[in-house]
Amino acid sequence: MTVRVTAEPFDPYAELAAYTPRGEARRTGAAALFIGFMRDLNEGDGVVAMELEHYPGMTERALEQLRDEAVARWELADALVIHRVGPLTPTDPIVLVAAWSAHRNAALEACRFLIEELKHRAPFWKKEQLADRARWVEQNTPG
Amino acid sequence: MSIRVKIFASLRERLGHDGMELPADGIATVADVWARVAPDEPLAGSVLMAVNMDYAQADQAVNDGDEVAFFPPVTGGAA
Repeated sequence: MTVRVTAEPFDPYAELAAYTPRGEARRTGAAALFIGFMRDLNEGDGVVAMELEHYPGMTERALEQLRDEAVARWELADALVIHRVGPLTPTDPIVLVAAWSAHRNAALEACRFLIEELKHRAPFWKKEQLADRARWVEQNTPG
Repeated sequence: MSIRVKIFASLRERLGHDGMELPADGIATVADVWARVAPDEPLAGSVLMAVNMDYAQADQAVNDGDEVAFFPPVTGGAA
């Protein structure tokens, strides 16, 4: 049931390989995961770098609340959320969400819930560096 | 004791500071805190608020020792 906010670059595949879901085997029949990467294009403009700001303390708390909601609602065996902050460049992994449950439906639905709710509720803010200026991202992409 | 105020992201850049310590005297709600933080600016609907790291509304009570935060809509995740 790990939630982590990291200023260091992370490798989502290595994180997954190293993570042992803690649930009983009978409750760990399926894993669903989502990985989000930084793109080099947003709203038609080239993006060369990005700064991801957060609210230390509240961000972790919001992610833990989301995880607890997902675990309760879908009876998850385990869940993992890792989110990057600080300076990023295109192709960097931004976020990893994984959910383990007895069956695929719960895992897939919980994974979707976690990434969508994270985008709306966890205090993160993106500032993009374009070729000639910087701008704050004012709203989420529709998906 | 006092009230700790934190401001984030584009709101911090626009207001020109990242927060302050306020004496609790005369402060009853989140809206009262905003009036001290940005006296010239009405509290816009796009500004999100938190008290002690939980989302809050403008009329929520604020007590001595609380941490109150103001920030723009959140944009985490990716893709």
